[in-house]
Amino acid sequence: MIYLNNVSKIYPNNPPSLEDVTFTIASGEFISIVGHSGAGKTTLVKLILADEKPTAGTVFFESLDVHKLKNHDLTKMRRRIGTVFQDFRLLPNKNAYENIAFAMEVAGKTDEEISSDVPHVLELVDLGNKLYHFPHQLSGGEKQRLAIARAIINQPEIIIADEPTGNLDPINTYEVVQILKKINDLGTTVILTTHNRGVVESIGKRVITLDKGKVVRDDKDGKYII
Amino acid sequence: MLNWTGTKRIFKSGYINFKRNKMISVSSVLVVTITLSFIASLFFLNVILNFSLSQIRDKVDVTIYFSAKATEDRILSFKTDIESMPEVSSVDYISAEQQLQNFRERHTNDYMLIQALDELDDNPLTASLNIKAKDSKQYEGIVKSMENDSSLMKNNSSIIDKINYNENKAVIDRLNIIIDGAQKLGLIITTILIIISILITFNTIRLTIYMAREEIGVMRLVGAQNRYIRGPFIVEGVIYGLLSSVITMLVFLGVTLWLSNNMTSFLGIDMYKNYISNFFNIFGIIFGSGMLLGVVSSYLAVKKYLRK
Repeated sequence: MIYLNNVSKIYPNNPPSLEDVTFTIASGEFISIVGHSGAGKTTLVKLILADEKPTAGTVFFESLDVHKLKNHDLTKMRRRIGTVFQDFRLLPNKNAYENIAFAMEVAGKTDEEISSDVPHVLELVDLGNKLYHFPHQLSGGEKQRLAIARAIINQPEIIIADEPTGNLDPINTYEVVQILKKINDLGTTVILTTHNRGVVESIGKRVITLDKGKVVRDDKDGKYII
Repeated sequence: MLNWTGTKRIFKSGYINFKRNKMISVSSVLVVTITLSFIASLFFLNVILNFSLSQIRDKVDVTIYFSAKATEDRILSFKTDIESMPEVSSVDYISAEQQLQNFRERHTNDYMLIQALDELDDNPLTASLNIKAKDSKQYEGIVKSMENDSSLMKNNSSIIDKINYNENKAVIDRLNIIIDGAQKLGLIITTILIIISILITFNTIRLTIYMAREEIGVMRLVGAQNRYIRGPFIVEGVIYGLLSSVITMLVFLGVTLWLSNNMTSFLGIDMYKNYISNFFNIFGIIFGSGMLLGVVSSYLAVKKYLRK
């Protein structure tokens, strides 16, 4: 489903963030990308989302070379990917309901679909009683659950979660991981980056380990080993 | 393409953003209002300046004095000849008797002078023609063509005592320089002030959008089309322009009313009347500038964050 071929990313005057990275992600996989801070995890995510261009190599999303897409096709591709970030990236001037509704609006959903689906998905992530709360009125765990609700609302083919538990306490971390596992069980591909050993070991699926921009391990049923 | 639902959503979203970012909205409207007030006050300054200049111009004329033997008939036919010149706007005939009466009125307190006048048997003053040109620059041309017109001069040189143009010439020349200078200076200052205020407005709106740059990034990640991201910001720009132009018009309603009540005799012109009679013109300019400022600066500011 996603193919990285000899991908490198070098920011000027810095050691390479990514060097000659090649791997494939199959449809329906739950893949954890682990490594120390600065190992290149976030750069990898940005390259897959076409938020950055690679210095060398190609990234394919199925048959699409994501870095050769025109603006219009790029927005179309992004709607097939749900994203969750460590810093939540919610729209601060929109309440929980509107944050989800916005993602549906840009996907061209009708007002009827929006008013029926949004309360439903917020119920699913246990925010049914906070529909009209703004992000600054929510706790860290609640914000991340809202971000996950937004990521899944348009039934994407892939969820990319970049350090989603980085700002959360153990209980919220556990909940977020459980939600991601459930999403994966329902057939959605999940890419998770983390440096949390406990998270990786509780998932028990494929683990790619990055170190200084290079893939050093790629294990099925992997563990966090560095 | 954006359909009706998309357009409706953009307008709603822009309106909600405007309502929720109260501080930003208030300060943006304030800055745009100040810029528009600048443009409006420049308009009024221009009205006052032009009015004063036309008043001064009106006071300039060329007078032809006739000799005592000139008959009224000949003077009047001469007047008709001059009136037919294209540069001339009006010619006034003042008879010798009228001159005398004017002179007495002017010097009614000067007892000695009046007494001396009474001593004389004849009217020492002669008839004259007051010529006003359409433009003060044209006086020289009028006098020259009068002097060069041989038929006019041959018939009338005997009755013309003197033309005071040469005495007025220095004054007229200087006045022309001052008027030209005032207009040029006014134009330069106007342009500079408008450019400065446009830059300030542009920067303010750019700052408000800069604060929303992460939001724009999030919208792009969610897969929003560029026009869907840009739209609400432009709607906000439209609201800034709309509100600011209404506020500016109201402010100037108060200002001109005050000027009209307190300053009409000083300015020589009733600014309130002028404002009301030009209301739709001024509103058009102010509203147009407000919209243009709001929309163009929003458009350019968002564009920066929409690059791939």
